[in-house]
Amino acid sequence: MKVINIDKEKWASGVESLTSTYRLFGPVKEDDSHNFKELKKGELPDLAYGNSKLSPKSAVFPPSEAMFTYSLDEKNENHHILNDVKKDYSPRAVLGIRPCDAKAVSLVRMNFDTKEYRDPYWMDAFEATTFVGLACDNPCSTCFCTSTGCGPFSEEGLDVLLVENGNAYIAKALTAKGEKLMDAAGFKTAGDDSAIAAKKAAAEAKITASIETDKLSEKVIMDLYDAPIWDDISFSCINCCTCTYACPTCWCFDIQDENKGLSGVRMRNWDSCMTPLFTMHGSGHNPRSQKKQRVRQRFMHKLKYFLDKYQKGIMCVGCGRCVQQCPVNIDIRTVSKKMNDYVAAS
Amino acid sequence: MENPYKAYPVRIDSIDVATQDKSLRTFKFVFLNEGDEEKFAYESGQFAELSIPGKGEIPIGIASSPTEKGFVKFTVFRTGLVTNHLHNMKVGDIMGVRGPLGNSYPLKDLEGKNIVIIGAGFAFTTLRSTIVYLLDPKNRSRFGNIDVIYGARNPGMILYKDELTVWEKRDDINMHITVDSTDDPSWTYHTGFVPTITETQAPKADENTYAIMCGPPMMLKFTKPVLDKLGYSHDKIIMSLENRMKCGIGICGRCNIGKELICKDGPVFTLEQLKHMPEEDT
Ligand SMILES: Cc1cc2nc3c(=O)[nH]c(=O)nc-3n(C[C@H](O)[C@H](O)[C@H](O)COP(=O)(O)OP(=O)(O)OC[C@H]3O[C@@H](n4cnc5c(N)ncnc54)[C@H](O)[C@@H]3O)c2cc1C
Ligand code: SF4
Ligand code: SF4
Ligand code: FES
Repeated sequence: MKVINIDKEKWASGVESLTSTYRLFGPVKEDDSHNFKELKKGELPDLAYGNSKLSPKSAVFPPSEAMFTYSLDEKNENHHILNDVKKDYSPRAVLGIRPCDAKAVSLVRMNFDTKEYRDPYWMDAFEATTFVGLACDNPCSTCFCTSTGCGPFSEEGLDVLLVENGNAYIAKALTAKGEKLMDAAGFKTAGDDSAIAAKKAAAEAKITASIETDKLSEKVIMDLYDAPIWDDISFSCINCCTCTYACPTCWCFDIQDENKGLSGVRMRNWDSCMTPLFTMHGSGHNPRSQKKQRVRQRFMHKLKYFLDKYQKGIMCVGCGRCVQQCPVNIDIRTVSKKMNDYVAAS
Repeated sequence: MENPYKAYPVRIDSIDVATQDKSLRTFKFVFLNEGDEEKFAYESGQFAELSIPGKGEIPIGIASSPTEKGFVKFTVFRTGLVTNHLHNMKVGDIMGVRGPLGNSYPLKDLEGKNIVIIGAGFAFTTLRSTIVYLLDPKNRSRFGNIDVIYGARNPGMILYKDELTVWEKRDDINMHITVDSTDDPSWTYHTGFVPTITETQAPKADENTYAIMCGPPMMLKFTKPVLDKLGYSHDKIIMSLENRMKCGIGICGRCNIGKELICKDGPVFTLEQLKHMPEEDT
């Protein structure tokens, strides 16, 4: 680990130097909110943001992405055969990702990089990416990252952590990838990280919301599944899917062929377990035809199935997006408390 | 490492109408590229994604047996977008097969055991694969008694009729074929639902006897209590499940039941395992 001092006046020229070797992604203000976008030439990430509306997961997992192309023209020698799509996996960097969102990337990696299969699209993008995090000094009222095994200064999943310190950023280059990026930006001045501990404690103290999960691992899946809590929890859900699209740890996708004339592209698109079509069989039978079943699936996946499967905590980093954006105020912290407190009648 | 989403290109080698109502067809595919057949080494009970560029992919159980070389075979029911398109394709058409996917029937563990195979409707495909595998001269002696209970709505809906007739005549397999009902006076086999026939024809349970079951939800629901009554313990009842799928490799998040992904942890489970998994319909 290397500590580097970045004078804020040098930030813009450093970012400019990066553009010769990296594609840059960062928070950009659009209307009344921020989202992560690929930065245009000369554009700087807006580091004065609180939390982006959608998570930055799209930097490695775009909402829509081509998998293969094909020709349907029988005169074409290779018709009906899948061709790889040429993709740009040259080095890219996400500037200003929040620590919670970076931890989310490392949780999601467990899904895309398994013993048996490696998802080439997600993994190639991930491996090409350097994650430059920005510690949170002013968490939102809906943030509860300190009770999800994360925190406003968490380093998990990051290559560099930037901490704002007056006229400078204290940069901790945490990995070789991070050091390389600092070099490429020309950020070389040795720094001092002694100010970080106090800032970290101050930020953590501002987070008063929390999620109760301590008893979830000892519960039995079937007990929670059959618990009489789901009708109440799901009652007001309108299945708008906002929670799943905004969430940094949701990864479900659909695969669809899109044709134009005699050629086409096999695409993969974000999908959501909150829609009935997600599980509809060809026969018309649907194991999750009711919203109660779908809402239960979402929370059971995040708070129990994932926990039991990987033993790496819950599939939620406490970014608060779903809490903030759910139009009917369904709150994962309330749901988790109900699950955590539930005792099955014996 | 190869892209697990990329299908092997195949050519349709033959298409056979499999039932009188033409709702099922059996497709035989040959691999276009040398070496792909070897890479597609599979076991009975596994499935594959049939990949039709321009239409999409569908998970279908592999109906051929690993002992059959030179092709791979699937029997497909016409129901929606992709299956309808497939039913209209011709011999010689090019498409893709991606897999093999999922786990398989635990046939290695069943060596030396008696096996009763119970199937109904068109969920007989991977069971056909299993039977062909078990009856292969290289394999048959490694297994005990084999019983097969197979039911269809009526005689016209019976799959793989020619093979069933041949197996009927063999003395190393006991076939119990049934139809729900028929007005065909020449029908010489059983009449009645699979659970009923199972009750009278299945061997009694013992330490050495396992049941492999695949069929529509209703048939499974009513056959389970019969097997209970016959004394089959739940770790000796092996079943294959279905759910809507996309990736088939445990990544897209679509097909879970509880923490298990049907496409990767399954589709084959024992009834004992299923008892600890939610029934999603409730
Ligand atoms: C492990 C497994 C083995 C199967 N084996 C066979 C078999 O041997 N023979 C057979 O005829 N059918 C089998 N099925 C069912 C078959 O996959 C569906 O009938 C088929 O996907 C319907 O596709 P469609 O495009 O015609 O229907 P649509 O309703 O138009 O479906 C659109 C898409 O949804 C998905 N989908 C819809 N229904 C199902 C379903 N039941 N299971 C999985 N995905 C679905 C597919 O991606 C499909 O392309 C199997 C299913 C599974 C999961
Ligand atoms: S955001 Fe709220 S209303 Fe919309 S699907 Fe999620 S829980 Fe339901
Ligand atoms: S479940 Fe909600 S709070 Fe947790 S990571 Fe997802 S969007 Fe953030
Ligand atoms: S089909 Fe994608 S996870 Fe099972």
